[in-house]
Amino acid sequence: MLGFFVLWEAVARLVGNPLLPPASNVLVAIARETASGALPENLAITMARVVLAFVTSMVLGTALGLAMGVWRRVDVALDSWLTVLLNLPALVVIVLMYVWFGMNEVAAIAAVALNKLPSTAVTVREGARALDRDLLEMAHSFGMRRWPIIRHVVLPQIYPYLFAAARSGLAIIWKIVLVVELLGRSNGVGFQIQVYFQLFDVTGILAYTLSFILVVQLIEWALLQPLERRASRWRR
Amino acid sequence: MSLRVRIRDKSFDDRPVLKGLEFDLGEREIVALVGPSGCGKTTLLKIIGGLDLDYDGTIAWTDAGSPRIGTIFQEPRLLPWRTVRQNLILVLPPYAHPAADELLRHLGLWPFRDHFPPTLSLGMARRVAIARAFAIAPELVLLDEPFVSLDPEMAQRSRDVLLEAWRQRATSVLLVTHDPVGAAALADRILVMSPRPARIVTQIEVPAAQRRSDHPTALQVAAQLEVVVGQYLART
Repeated sequence: MLGFFVLWEAVARLVGNPLLPPASNVLVAIARETASGALPENLAITMARVVLAFVTSMVLGTALGLAMGVWRRVDVALDSWLTVLLNLPALVVIVLMYVWFGMNEVAAIAAVALNKLPSTAVTVREGARALDRDLLEMAHSFGMRRWPIIRHVVLPQIYPYLFAAARSGLAIIWKIVLVVELLGRSNGVGFQIQVYFQLFDVTGILAYTLSFILVVQLIEWALLQPLERRASRWRR
Repeated sequence: MSLRVRIRDKSFDDRPVLKGLEFDLGEREIVALVGPSGCGKTTLLKIIGGLDLDYDGTIAWTDAGSPRIGTIFQEPRLLPWRTVRQNLILVLPPYAHPAADELLRHLGLWPFRDHFPPTLSLGMARRVAIARAFAIAPELVLLDEPFVSLDPEMAQRSRDVLLEAWRQRATSVLLVTHDPVGAAALADRILVMSPRPARIVTQIEVPAAQRRSDHPTALQVAAQLEVVVGQYLART
């Protein structure tokens, strides 16, 4: 990682073109924007949208995936809709949501969630289809109730699929949030990048991009990885 | 509690599996069902355990109400992501937790209470499955080939654990097996089943003095029973 920054710095200094600013300039820009408060504020706004869209799409996608994996009838009824949604370009969903529901926060978050939901559902459906029937039979024979069965028997088997969906979900969602912000919001990282794009200010664009990558990486290290370790600690 | 089983007919897609199968099970009695493999033993257990309701006949309990049934499956069927103790606790109402701990101590499982099942040997995992079935203070315990794929010494130890649990809790036991020696070592009575469509072809009473004893004469009886059961299985 450090090597990459050194290389970047050297090449940029050698080229000397404002369209490829050296790493040090970008770091200075990050410091300046942080000091002014603009960077933390826009990061926080974008993060809030990412979290809301992420939670919405994970909860709905998981419920849908479980239902489709467990009940054949639901699967048959919704399968082609899922394929349609999977193949609908993100841009189309975003534009339609803004046109139908107005340029507001709800439309923005719904558009992002709708883009991620089908792939979560497909992943979780695979997990639900692979559920261990023997363990379910055991749970029923001991008279376990529906919610304890979901919590202790079903979900632990789905966790690996949920983590896979969460990983790819986080990556896709933050990319789409930026597009949504660029198209119809007046704040957030995506909006800022649009401003810098109009000014041809590559330093500013990279400053915001780097900061955001750092935040997403932190979430992966501090949240997803420990959670996954906890969920799989029973494995030998 | 005692049990009357009267199954007139149980079929899968017009193929009869059980036909005219009748027997009784007394309070605190241990009855073994032996029969050729594929004769419908597991199906019969599912019907008695309430997991299969699609049959023609009656399963009647002398004490009204629904009896608690603990099932010990062919495989241990423990939840791998829950500890030994949690596996017991999950199928129990809270007031029964102290009794479960007591049972774990009695069966020599207490030192392993915080282990996850994948770290246990098969013999140990089966012992936990036995503890779980008895922990719910069952009126009836069902066992489906519980000692297959264990070496003779391990099978003997599992039988001892089963009998220890049975002495702790006043309960009836119904086990299906195709191992006459194992049946003779445990049961008061042995019922011999015919091939499909299965019914009870004969009943062998284990002499009272030789029941559940590892005295040489008891082993002799077991060997004799093996011959008798073998003859019946060969004839039918």
